[in-house]
Amino acid sequence: MDTIERHAPASASMYKGAGIYRYDDFDREFLRERVAEFRAQVARRLAGELTEDEFKPLRLMNGLYLQLHAYMLRCAIPYGVMSADQLRQFAHVARTFDRGYGHFTTRQNIQFNWIALEDAPDAIAALAEADLHAIQTSGNCIRNVTTDEFAGAAADETVDPRVYAEIIRQWSTLHPEFSFLPRKFKIAITGAPGDRAALQIHDIGLTAKRDAQGRIGFEVWVGGGLGRTPILGFRIRDWVPEDALIAYLEAILRTYNALGGRENIHKARIKILVRDVGQARFAELVEQEFATLPREKFRLDPAIVAAIEAHFTPPPFAAVPDAAAALAGAVAADAEFAAWVGRNTHAHREPGYICAVISLKPIGGVPGDCTAAQMDAIANLAEQFSFGEIRVSHVQNLVLPHVRQDRLHALWQALRPLGLATANVGLLSDIIACPGLDYCSLASARAIPVAQRIAERFADLRTQHDIGTVFINISGCINACAHHHVGHIGILGVDKKGEEFYQITLGGSASNDAALGDIVGPAYAYDDVVDAVETILRTYLAVRSPGEAFIETYRRTGLAPFREALHAAA
Amino acid sequence: MQAKVKAKGSAQPLVVSANRLRDGRVVWLAADGGWVEHLHGAVVYLGEEVDAGLAAGEADEQRQLVVGAYAVEVVETPGGMVPLRMRERVRVDGPSVLPVAAE
Ligand code: SF4
Repeated sequence: MDTIERHAPASASMYKGAGIYRYDDFDREFLRERVAEFRAQVARRLAGELTEDEFKPLRLMNGLYLQLHAYMLRCAIPYGVMSADQLRQFAHVARTFDRGYGHFTTRQNIQFNWIALEDAPDAIAALAEADLHAIQTSGNCIRNVTTDEFAGAAADETVDPRVYAEIIRQWSTLHPEFSFLPRKFKIAITGAPGDRAALQIHDIGLTAKRDAQGRIGFEVWVGGGLGRTPILGFRIRDWVPEDALIAYLEAILRTYNALGGRENIHKARIKILVRDVGQARFAELVEQEFATLPREKFRLDPAIVAAIEAHFTPPPFAAVPDAAAALAGAVAADAEFAAWVGRNTHAHREPGYICAVISLKPIGGVPGDCTAAQMDAIANLAEQFSFGEIRVSHVQNLVLPHVRQDRLHALWQALRPLGLATANVGLLSDIIACPGLDYCSLASARAIPVAQRIAERFADLRTQHDIGTVFINISGCINACAHHHVGHIGILGVDKKGEEFYQITLGGSASNDAALGDIVGPAYAYDDVVDAVETILRTYLAVRSPGEAFIETYRRTGLAPFREALHAAA
Repeated sequence: MQAKVKAKGSAQPLVVSANRLRDGRVVWLAADGGWVEHLHGAVVYLGEEVDAGLAAGEADEQRQLVVGAYAVEVVETPGGMVPLRMRERVRVDGPSVLPVAAE
């Protein structure tokens, strides 16, 4: 817990701005050293003093991958929370070292696709100027902790998960024992009963909650993961008291570290260990480890929690008694605005405020892509409308978490000319798609153009609103970065003799009702996959009961009507 | 996965490709032993001949010019030479999509 202890408690009354964890001099010095170290490594590589085999693990530790056309730099956005200044710095990196855009990912990070190796140290140095880095975005370590994009704002939240996400970040950052795990390790946390962080597809999923006395504790899920062997996590504990959180996480990680297979990369995730030893036995092993850990050493001191909490004090909300009425008036006066409000907002816990979702899924666009000009504009809007704070959602959209309801219409009007006001959150064009074969060296097939063609096929937003909520997820290979197994409609790119084919699954979910999708049948060629998706959606429209969402219809009917329709259309 | 299919031993004509070390760009081995950015400048090998190209690629990996040299199957079409596999066609043409309004 040393890393946490060095942060002295800050005054809880002081608003630090933007709900961003502020780095101290120690963190900054550490980042500067890492940049200098990486600069020297790159220089040695370019001079031929390091071979690719020697250099590859070093560049991956700094988030630098070699993709199909160039190096790709993956930058961490801890739990998807960033300030306006940080987003501006991403715009600067996009403009200076890339081709003027970046790609937000399902791990709430951002990737730049066109970085030259010789520029990478400068790009990373530029990130460090804004307390940003690319550490723990690659390799067999604990990756960026993800959380609910409405954390610290949502009306239905019981505990602010950012506080614990930050505690976990500090605990896991460069943890000596956990830098070389059998495989990468992903943790998600939420503080609301509605799961917006896809807990059950994570190695560890945490729900922060309160007991009858108001004390904080955690429900713990473990052993989830997608990829080649998709498995949903199971609930290993209904309640871990706050002060035992780190001890319990240590117990899980130690059990995994001791028993997890390292020989076969496809069998090294914790999900495989849990599957092989069985849930009950795994839970037993974790409890044994938990019981023997020196509890005092790993105790999460309330003073530490308070110190971290002080970094997340709420912004200075104004009393705006007329804001709700003003919003209702604007909604009544403008149907297009009403449609956007209906899809792209979430209830805020503060009266008069609302969370606004900026869709990065314009019809025909690249899901999750954002140009440097858009980043700058969003940074300005965040300062104008949301206390300078921006969130990245795991479905690749951005969120302005704290918008006054009486200013929401003005925000929407400002977003429109930027191409950022598509009213499609949760609709079929709000597709999660990975970079696929357009960029990724591991890909089997393209994902982005499939997403674009589906969105274009249903370009009329009225049709999309009629179809209602349906999550489509498209992964370019079995690694499942776009979580296709848990899409209501999941699409997986496969390679058949060098050509692109797509396997479709139906009925997946990443929410509280988590489920893995069922395969509908043989894979479709690139030219046919969009027709198949259309057939599935038309079948849903034909067989749905009044008011029934796509996933509900699917759960009632099963595969049969969809299979029949696809068969008839073939 | 499409990732780098072993093309050595293929009956197809072959070219040798890699990524350039300093910027990661896709390059193709040319007849003069240099690396070019366009497939049409690549030297074509048949059968075992590709061993010479792969040896040149490996030598240039040692000299820190390129990373990961490997053989790629191509087909001759009326429009010129085209890779057999989709992955390599994307490497030739670049991403098939562009961000909306990229600067
Ligand atoms: S799912 Fe496959 S293709 Fe898509 S980003 Fe992940 S590794 Fe690449």
